[in-house]
Amino acid sequence: MRSWHEFITMGGYARYVWSAYGVVLIVLVASAWSSCNGLRRILFRVRNYPVGGGEQ
Amino acid sequence: MTPRRQRLLLVVGILAGTAIGAAFALRAFSGDILYYYTPSKVFAKHIPDGRVFRLGGLVEKGSVKRESGTLTVRFVITDNHRTIPVVFTGVLPALFRPGQGVIASGHLDSGGMFVANKVLAKHDAKYMPLKIYNKKHGTDYTRPGGMNRGGVRGGA
Amino acid sequence: MFTWLHKLGSPPLLYRVAGRSTPWFKWTAFLLLALGLVGGLILAPPDYQQGDGFRIIYVHVPSAILSLAVFVLMAVAGAIGLIWRLRMAHAVAVAAAPLGAAFTFITLITGSLWGKPMWGTYWAWGPRLTSELVLLFLYFGYIAVINAFPNQRSGDRAGAIFAIIAAVDIPIIHYSVYWWTSLHQGASLSFTNSSISPAMLWPLLVMIVAFTLYFCWLLSIRLRTEILRRERRASWVRTLTITGAKNAKLA
Repeated sequence: MRSWHEFITMGGYARYVWSAYGVVLIVLVASAWSSCNGLRRILFRVRNYPVGGGEQ
Repeated sequence: MTPRRQRLLLVVGILAGTAIGAAFALRAFSGDILYYYTPSKVFAKHIPDGRVFRLGGLVEKGSVKRESGTLTVRFVITDNHRTIPVVFTGVLPALFRPGQGVIASGHLDSGGMFVANKVLAKHDAKYMPLKIYNKKHGTDYTRPGGMNRGGVRGGA
Repeated sequence: MFTWLHKLGSPPLLYRVAGRSTPWFKWTAFLLLALGLVGGLILAPPDYQQGDGFRIIYVHVPSAILSLAVFVLMAVAGAIGLIWRLRMAHAVAVAAAPLGAAFTFITLITGSLWGKPMWGTYWAWGPRLTSELVLLFLYFGYIAVINAFPNQRSGDRAGAIFAIIAAVDIPIIHYSVYWWTSLHQGASLSFTNSSISPAMLWPLLVMIVAFTLYFCWLLSIRLRTEILRRERRASWVRTLTITGAKNAKLA
């Protein structure tokens, strides 16, 4: 088991490791958000404009 | 012939056509996208002094010499056939160590010395803990050969 | 032989199947992500030559695999859509594309963040890196093509043909490290003998499965979105909106 300090500093590679994991977190969360949001919006449309799903 | 079979043949045709086209294109390119020259190729091709190119090979064991007090390092790149001495001033990548594959970009000076302005180290695609490395190689390193000088990279 | 395919080609059924599977994908993905992160960031020992810097592979390799696999999925779905005239196959391809682009983007960024300390450079115009960058543009190209047509069918067909042709980049990416000598190393993972120690390997395998399930989770959501968008005039969508607010719930 490694110490808390070793975990944070990543043996000197903290800059690279944590920014890589940060980018992954941001991109995965953003794609989840946009996917869910897309479904929410289309559901709203078909519910509120049942015929034709609310053509623009 | 059913319409579905026609469409199937169309898709297969597109796929085959693209694959053959790509194969020809890649064959035509394969001579040109040589990423680096090995020392043997450098001698065979007679690259003129001063022309910038990439030199690739292994860092010869026992050839790495650091000039004290500076970031200048001298070593020899070999392909186990011919060798070329290299001088480089700057920060070496973590994977650089004797025996490792490296790619240096720079030019040859009139004395046949390769003056590098960039040194990249190749990775051997092997991953293992230090303990297992020590067991395999009969060594007793305590720190990984990463950013510190006391680990694997100091050895060999 | 393809009866199951034809069955799944029915929009209401596919919509239901996607909706039912969404929570399963979601929770197994999160569970395995947690396990893989603990394994990769804490339990796995540092590498003998890269120290802790090697931990980037736990996100780089899974996204790289998915960046290729998703494009293959799109090309195969496109071919099925063209040959068997399955509209839902095109919907799968369209739903997958943005996710594939996201994984390709992650692959490029995490790879360059690994390359800087290890190779000594963020980027090198080698065959592997260049062909992966081309893949990102191919994803953008596919999305542009399907949106360039006013009617759905033409867009679907053009997209499918584009994906099938562009899929030629996939074997180039995969074999680039063997065909040409360049900076990028060969594969460490293989079914028979991996050059990764078991203590470092298992979190990687867990992360690969976790990323795949994460993709499946978002794909099931995007697929439902795509089905509703295409079928908004269909009667089953109208009954869906009357009968089941809970049926159409987000998972």
